Amino acid sequence: MGIMSEVIPLSEARRGARGRIVQVGGASDGDEHRAELERRLLELGFVEGARVELLHEGLFGRDPIAMRVDDMRVALRRHEAASLTVQLFAEAAE
Amino acid sequence: MDVALRAARAALVGNPNSGKTALFNALTGAHQKVANYAGVTVERKEGLIRGTGGRTLSVLDLPGTYSLRARSPDEEVTRDVVLGRLKGEAAPDVIVAVADATNLRLVLRLILELKQVGRPMVLALNMHDIAQRQGLRIDLEGLERDLGVPIVTTVATRKRGVDALIARIEQLAAGWPTEAPAGGWTAPDASTIRAAHREAERIMRAYVRPPERPDTLTGRIDGVLLHPVGGLAILLALLFVMFQAVFSWATPMMDGVEATLGWLGVQVGAVLPDGLLRSLIVDGLISGVGSVLVFLPQILILFLFIILLEDLGYMARAAFLMDRIMGGAGLHGRAFIPLLSSFACAIPGIMAARVIDAKRDRLTTILVAPLMTCSARIPVYTLIIAAFIPDRTVAGFANLQGLVMFGLYAAGILSALAVSFVIRKVFWRGAVEPFMMELPAYKLPDAKSVAFNLWLRARIFLERAARIILPLMILVWLLSTFPYPPEGATGPAIDYSFAGMIGRFLEPIFAPIGFNWQMVVALVPGMAAREVAVAALGTVYAVADAETATATLASTLAAQWSLATGLAFLAWYVFAPQCVATLGVVKRETNSWKWTAIMVVYMFGLAYLAALVVYHAAVALGGG
Repeated sequence: MGIMSEVIPLSEARRGARGRIVQVGGASDGDEHRAELERRLLELGFVEGARVELLHEGLFGRDPIAMRVDDMRVALRRHEAASLTVQLFAEAAE
Repeated sequence: MDVALRAARAALVGNPNSGKTALFNALTGAHQKVANYAGVTVERKEGLIRGTGGRTLSVLDLPGTYSLRARSPDEEVTRDVVLGRLKGEAAPDVIVAVADATNLRLVLRLILELKQVGRPMVLALNMHDIAQRQGLRIDLEGLERDLGVPIVTTVATRKRGVDALIARIEQLAAGWPTEAPAGGWTAPDASTIRAAHREAERIMRAYVRPPERPDTLTGRIDGVLLHPVGGLAILLALLFVMFQAVFSWATPMMDGVEATLGWLGVQVGAVLPDGLLRSLIVDGLISGVGSVLVFLPQILILFLFIILLEDLGYMARAAFLMDRIMGGAGLHGRAFIPLLSSFACAIPGIMAARVIDAKRDRLTTILVAPLMTCSARIPVYTLIIAAFIPDRTVAGFANLQGLVMFGLYAAGILSALAVSFVIRKVFWRGAVEPFMMELPAYKLPDAKSVAFNLWLRARIFLERAARIILPLMILVWLLSTFPYPPEGATGPAIDYSFAGMIGRFLEPIFAPIGFNWQMVVALVPGMAAREVAVAALGTVYAVADAETATATLASTLAAQWSLATGLAFLAWYVFAPQCVATLGVVKRETNSWKWTAIMVVYMFGLAYLAALVVYHAAVALGGG
């Protein structure tokens, strides 16, 4: 499992980073657009507690990113990944 | 209606990539009807099968979804059919939830949602062989008990478990009263989705033991195919091979189609007496439909590639690799597939835009898809290039004619990117819709299912040719045949027809871009379909059999037109929306006359502007 360390937005993670999602969405403040993004992330399996690993990055601006989410693979842009907060596992933070 | 008499109805619901369509094919075989749902352009796939008791069972393949909280037109159909809300569509008696046994977490959440609907349900645990191979253990009895849903394990590609599934569906349908279910479904909010995830997680822990030999192949292949540089290089190489195939493999088949239709025309012409009927059948129907039919080989080869790559699981990767490149222009990564299809024909491309769940991105994709150089432009490009571009080598290796062809393709792609950029700035004010999609595990495509899908595509294309293009061809024939030339007329008959009148009437509009009245006359029938203009030019310049005698027509054009006019004509053809069938599909897909009109206006506007600039530039450089 590793020792928990840094907590960062998933959008700032680099290839190889592994961790656990601690927050999806955040305060939506009644913003329908953000609330919808939160629901869609949840529907694709990005839920608090899910194990994630950043598998691949795109060529330009390291965007989009391919993630392992529990036992499936999902691609998303860093822009959307900013709505996900992850706690990185220690060994990957080296 | 009495339950005992009418066919029982089952609907397949599942996540995308769950093997739902493979299961549908295994269940129904070739007994499928493909149509559209009333009022929407979502494909409705239904199959009838004879059940064990001799009673007919109807199976509906609903579009894949992660939630009944629908976001795309496809997903709305799934929601509305399941809830019995879709007009003209009876609610299913039994819901068949289709799950990829190796990827259960998300579908469990969907099943929890489906249970709220309150209809009888059976869970088809598909790809069970792969799960067993991976050493993934599922406690079926426990899962069945906990979910309260009967489970049948299936291997759709091997037709395993299909009979058991049919028996289960019939059993559930028999025991079900016809009135509406008592349950209710409401769109879940974020906290409900979280609760459902916790429930799904509990079920996973209790009944599913993780695989002993998980699939590492997908990860290893992705290491190569999603490599930031290598992956893009492979994608480009793949595209290169694909276009080579579309243009070189298709040629013999296209020649075959043309020869067959030419022979048919001659045979019919010999049997029928010279007159109106012969003219209608030979010039109107056979050559008109033939001008469309001839693209069937190219469309089939392109679709063969697309279906193979899709079934393999590569298309999602292509969308990933292309997202940033297309995103710069305001396009969605998934727009890659529709735009790729548009190189064969914009119609399947526009229909493929349904995979884009973001409404605005889908609309943008539809609006720019016709800018991709479709195969109908090729006969026109080939003719004009042969007439005006010298066949010589430049810079030591490149053929000038080939370079111009390449330039025309590039012009189409670059203008599509530029237009989508403008659309996003003007209509969407820079709003960006999210891009997120599952990257499915790689699978070897199943030959039978690929062949079946290809046949389905061919059938849809042919039906469309018959329904839309045939009537149009008759209209074009009418316009260019009537009225007859007066006694003793010297010019070609088309000069005196309605098409000729329209051409002369419109000539002043086209004079600034260097078009003469003969060209405008050819453009009138060319509005129905681009390539028809070649045949029409042949008629106007009285070159018999222009389609086969391209060389003769080309030398006539070279003598009659200036270089500037020829180049302006090419520029016009890059942009002009000369395909009524495409416009019809855009209207249906967007369900809006406004967007169809916007497309027509912007494309004609660009065509005129481009031809104007090219013509005057060429004249200034001495090409007048």
